[in-house]
Amino acid sequence: MSAPAFVRSASAPDLPPPVPTAGPMTFVRRRLFAGPAATVFTLLAIAFLIWAAPPVARFLFVDAVWSAPDGGACRAPGAGACWAYIWRKAPYFVYGSYPLDARWRVDIVLAVGAALIAWLAARRAPGRAIAAALLFVAYPICAVVLLYGQAGLGLPVVPTDLWGGVLVTLIMAISGIVLSLPAGVLLALGRRSKLPIVRALSVGFIEVIRGVPMITVLFMANLMLPLFVPESWSPDRLLRPLIGVALFASAYMAEVVRGGLQAIPNGQFEGAMALGLTYPQRMRLVILPQALTIVIPGIVNSFIALFKDTTLVAIVGIFDFLRTVDTARLDPQWAGPTITATGYVFAALFYFVFCFGMSRYSIAMERDLARGVSN
Amino acid sequence: MPHFAVLLAAAALIGAASAASAGPTLDQIKKRGILVCGSNPGIAGFALPDDKGLWSGFDIDFCRAIAATIFNDPTKVRFVPLSAKDRFTALQSGEIDVLSRNTTWTQSREVGQGFEFGPVTYYDGQGFMVRRKLNVSSALELSGATICVQQGTTTELNLADFFRSHEMKYDPVVFATADEAIKNYDSGRCDAFTTDMSQLYSERTKLGNPEDHVILPDIVSKEPLGPVVRQGDDQWFNLVKWTHYAMTNAEELGVASKNVDDKLKDPNPEIKRLLGSEGNFGDGLGLTADWAYRIIKLVGNYGEVFDRNLGEGSKLKIKRGANALWTKNGLQYSPPIR
Repeated sequence: MSAPAFVRSASAPDLPPPVPTAGPMTFVRRRLFAGPAATVFTLLAIAFLIWAAPPVARFLFVDAVWSAPDGGACRAPGAGACWAYIWRKAPYFVYGSYPLDARWRVDIVLAVGAALIAWLAARRAPGRAIAAALLFVAYPICAVVLLYGQAGLGLPVVPTDLWGGVLVTLIMAISGIVLSLPAGVLLALGRRSKLPIVRALSVGFIEVIRGVPMITVLFMANLMLPLFVPESWSPDRLLRPLIGVALFASAYMAEVVRGGLQAIPNGQFEGAMALGLTYPQRMRLVILPQALTIVIPGIVNSFIALFKDTTLVAIVGIFDFLRTVDTARLDPQWAGPTITATGYVFAALFYFVFCFGMSRYSIAMERDLARGVSN
Repeated sequence: MPHFAVLLAAAALIGAASAASAGPTLDQIKKRGILVCGSNPGIAGFALPDDKGLWSGFDIDFCRAIAATIFNDPTKVRFVPLSAKDRFTALQSGEIDVLSRNTTWTQSREVGQGFEFGPVTYYDGQGFMVRRKLNVSSALELSGATICVQQGTTTELNLADFFRSHEMKYDPVVFATADEAIKNYDSGRCDAFTTDMSQLYSERTKLGNPEDHVILPDIVSKEPLGPVVRQGDDQWFNLVKWTHYAMTNAEELGVASKNVDDKLKDPNPEIKRLLGSEGNFGDGLGLTADWAYRIIKLVGNYGEVFDRNLGEGSKLKIKRGANALWTKNGLQYSPPIR
């Protein structure tokens, strides 16, 4: 046994303490001024903020007119955003032309809808199956009866041409979302089916709908349809674009879901078959849960696009939220240099809140679902 | 492809057949219980929803007047807001009964497309707005001016015609939308802004200080605006025409919504015929004798409607001008009821 070649006889000199990896100074040094390029970018960004932020803040908050009886105060030189106008027009933005004395019906529908969605969306809430049943079955029926009215129940009929504003935007978006996901899943499965007729129909539907601009469909539905069918046959003016929007969203959704299905390895299909599961069981228990989890970003992307696409119904004369904002700014009582900007900032805020909310929720859900998966 | 053409032709035939079998427009409206009126989706003074979401405006009131005379209820109208492109399609397809949407009466629209234009409810025309401090009193003094105009409209064409025919130079600054054009005018990019008179007044309300801008009296184009119906139903066309004539006759005779009940006892035979206490002039229109009374009582005479939507009673403060009665040097002249 030979002696070791080297044995340290004295301890090594002390190293300097490690650079702290937490704390604000570290963040500044590492993330903002890590090198010459980063430093230049940081300085440019700060310069941009100093240049852009104060005028925006001044317009939106400092110089803004918060309350005024009419547009006079907002027309004063140097006045900023006219929030008083938004406040005055808020009922119109929410309800459109819905009759004043029946607006409680809209309030109930919106409040119950929000509560049910919150219940269903809270991932750890009890009884979510009940919430789903209520939201997808009972709620739509009750909402339609309440909003449209039913003479027998003492609710006077409110024709849909009076509906407007946020009400119409949410009806369009939510029914589009609720209808497009199941329809999209069915179409995606149909497109991958081995039955030629089912496959041909699915492919045909998806390709035709995707190949036509949405505006064309809306225009056909609302202006050309009455040429071909007698007045009593043609569906309601609000229902027509609603169906159009849902069909559109379904075709796009089908392709998103198909992407997820294709990402599932064949072994999963074969394994499920080997367990003796039937086709519906295979899809419901093995394939779709995985496929849909993969494509959550794509699904939410479609939902967000759909939410904003609802503004297109304005071209066929339906007063959705954006259209009410666009129209209200012409009111001579209020018209002024800042009214248009205020209206559009408000509209942008509205759409942002909803779209950002959907986006955040989907990220939380992805994280939640990914917890059990190692990747 | 020929199959498709056959299908389309068949569909069109079915459509035509069903439209024809539906009978006169008035019967259909009565059966439906509501008038369907094509309107502008938003133009100050002519058609705009108020804070409560109720439609109001000059064109809106015309539809309300028709509803008033048919149903004795001016609220029995369903408004279908239509874009400039869709308005004629909607009328052709039968989606609407009457189009009351600041539509200019032109030869090609009337002759080529199977429409009937009613009487001119509003004599519009292209005009100019300039800053007050320019001290310009006529468009003829605008030689060499920079002029903001919206692109691709007849406005642009009329502008060119006007300056060429007067051998004046100008510098057009063209914008895609009226909003952009007015904004640039306000910021000082142009000396003048041009569009139809009715529009000029409402665009002026959007400016920082409306008082600093004047609308020149010159009118450089003819834009007669009025209601439009489909050809082929003369009774309905007459009803639409005489709704307007009843309103102008009422103004001429001094009958207004407030005094119409007193005027029922007026001995003037013209008023008696207008209000239906003498003769039965509603018969030919498919209406009762007091057809005009309902219009005046529930909506008002022409002057009242003009004043509350466009004139001194509104924010727009449009002068009657060419829209004054013929007795007051205007062009509103209606045939007598007798």
